[in-house]
Amino acid sequence: MFKHLKQLTSLFAMIAVLFAFTTEAMAKKSKTLKNTQKKGFVRCGVSQGLPGFSNADASGNWTGIDVDVCRAVAAAVLGDANKVKFTPLSAKERFTALTSGEIDVLARNTTWTLSRDADIGLTFVGVNFYDGQGFMVRKSSGITSVDQFKNGISACTNIGTTTELNMRDFFNSRGISYEPVAFEKADEVVAAYDAGRCDTYTTDKSGLAAQRTKMKNPDEHIVLPETISKEPLGPVVRQGDSVWEDIVRWSLNTMIEAEEYGITSANADSMKTSDNPQIKRLVGAEGEMGAAFGLDNEWNLRIIKQVGNYGESYKRNIADTGILPDRGPNQLWTKGGILYVPPAR
Amino acid sequence: MNNKIKRILPQLLTILFVVFVFGFFTINAQVNMDNRGIDFGFGFLSQEASFDMQFTLLDYDGQDSYLWAYVVALLNTLLVSFLGIIFCTILGVVIGVARLSQNFLIKNSAAWYVEFFRNIPLLLQIFFWYYAALRALPLPENAQPWFGVTYMTIKGYYIPSMIWENLNVFLSCLIAAIVAIIFIRVYAKKIQEREGKQLPVLYISLALITILPLLSFLIGGVTLDFEMPVLKQLAQTSFIFEGGVALPPELIALVLALSLYTSTFVAECVRAGIQGISKGQKEAAASVGLTPNQILKLVIMPQALRIIIPPTTNQYLNLTKNSSLAAAIAYPDLVLVFAGTALMQTGKAIEIVGITMLTYLSISLAIAALMNWYNKRIEIKEK
Repeated sequence: MFKHLKQLTSLFAMIAVLFAFTTEAMAKKSKTLKNTQKKGFVRCGVSQGLPGFSNADASGNWTGIDVDVCRAVAAAVLGDANKVKFTPLSAKERFTALTSGEIDVLARNTTWTLSRDADIGLTFVGVNFYDGQGFMVRKSSGITSVDQFKNGISACTNIGTTTELNMRDFFNSRGISYEPVAFEKADEVVAAYDAGRCDTYTTDKSGLAAQRTKMKNPDEHIVLPETISKEPLGPVVRQGDSVWEDIVRWSLNTMIEAEEYGITSANADSMKTSDNPQIKRLVGAEGEMGAAFGLDNEWNLRIIKQVGNYGESYKRNIADTGILPDRGPNQLWTKGGILYVPPAR
Repeated sequence: MNNKIKRILPQLLTILFVVFVFGFFTINAQVNMDNRGIDFGFGFLSQEASFDMQFTLLDYDGQDSYLWAYVVALLNTLLVSFLGIIFCTILGVVIGVARLSQNFLIKNSAAWYVEFFRNIPLLLQIFFWYYAALRALPLPENAQPWFGVTYMTIKGYYIPSMIWENLNVFLSCLIAAIVAIIFIRVYAKKIQEREGKQLPVLYISLALITILPLLSFLIGGVTLDFEMPVLKQLAQTSFIFEGGVALPPELIALVLALSLYTSTFVAECVRAGIQGISKGQKEAAASVGLTPNQILKLVIMPQALRIIIPPTTNQYLNLTKNSSLAAAIAYPDLVLVFAGTALMQTGKAIEIVGITMLTYLSISLAIAALMNWYNKRIEIKEK
């Protein structure tokens, strides 16, 4: 019996080694990039509907600044910003979908935290929206500040979010007892709060502003001024494919830097003849900026032309839709914000 | 020798096949988790959970470990299952018997009830109770009291809580009463077997179980006070009841939907059981002079139960497993809390889903074992 066991284990070991070798060899050439190009579309995980970030209209067209990150990646690696397959995910499902290989980019208003970055096989590639958690209450309640919260308050939120944890820190540090009511889907949270099940609704402030537009009567609700946490939201990729990670990171960076240098979807082509070498590099007219990723030289030009720079994306999705007209911290560092990306050179 | 091989070889091959399949999936998972930099392990169970739960039976705080969060969430699942099983049994027996009634109205309304609740998907029923029925309830400040002291509101059902003094004295009296009743029953059976006399066991039992606890109030120093829920203002238009016990609407909706749905199946089991006893049994019992009550108690039910118990066990198991639909309406059960929040915060998908599956398996097997034991007890003892 033991003899057989030994043979069996060695057989399994051989199979394991075989698996390990094949995956190792493929990782160096960016398996994800190769698979994406073979499939002909970028597999992107988004929210189940958050106006401004990722939201589908009646005919199934996705828009939002998170969606634009996916489109930028598609423009860079496939040459067409529309070649994206969007997978709507709940907060609970998102990381499993990414680590199990169901999607290749997660652009779903996801907060960058140490434990997520370190623990669960994920890598955050940057920040496309600086946010913070806030509270929404009914105007008629007369509450204008979180200082007016009292024992017994019930708070609706999403499960599986940093919100759930911050909420506890917040109420605990103030010694307020509260009733957390946590739903899986954002729509359920909004409906519960709207119906009066909860006294307050808490999530990222951008989310509050966006969800407010979905309520029966948006004017009856206000977002309290206090921000109780830092929520840097950004795209995430699977750990272990550093080339793919770089592609997603620099697709986002390109959009932000393009705004810094005044390159827009309208003028990108004419910028090829610019005098500024940094601008020329950003539109693929100078240097070999795509070779290291295994891409051609105009990958960044395509992003700017097809998706636009960060400012255009923000205006189109968040400012013009009335969600957050003021860019706040999500303004370029040169204009008083904190958007600052490493130079593409 | 040849026969031996013929006997053993297929079994050996089956074992090998099973080992290979399991081994393949284990190794496949391991290799892929390694590639993606995911660790496997149960160390996270002792880490601080750092999230709160809406409704718990035991004390739980975000500072407690994931293991404790698991236990507390499991208790919430068991609570829903327990309440669901109790209510669906009571309702099921009543409806099942009603379906056999001679009265046209009773018979047909019971049949309609069964057909209606049995044929609408359970998830839809849960949604109906939670999103339609319970959401239509008034806000706390507008709630009218039910039975004078309880309040049904959109934030939950508020009932007075009991404040005991010397609860242990009361409980010991209650236990003493129960033990006495068991002894009397055994004694009564002996008397009947020996002398053919029947003692009024029911009346004696009722007297015992009321008088003994009552005595504890009169001379045992036990007191019982009720703490009433009182409306409290949180802000201009935001109110809540304080004091008393609050049953969250999520729990109510879930128990309602599970009981109503499963009771239809239990009702059918009960009807089948009673109809499965041949008419001759009843007629024979009547001919030896038993009263209709005695016929039901001594002749029909003991036989009907044998038919009723096994399929009803299935329904109990279904109810328990269906309670995981709690996740759809924010009731903090095992699936929502452990396979939801905890999974998300730790990223330990395989471990947590594995534990959750094993837990449901264990609960189901435990219920099945209990019901099998009961079934054994009542089945025909052939000599």
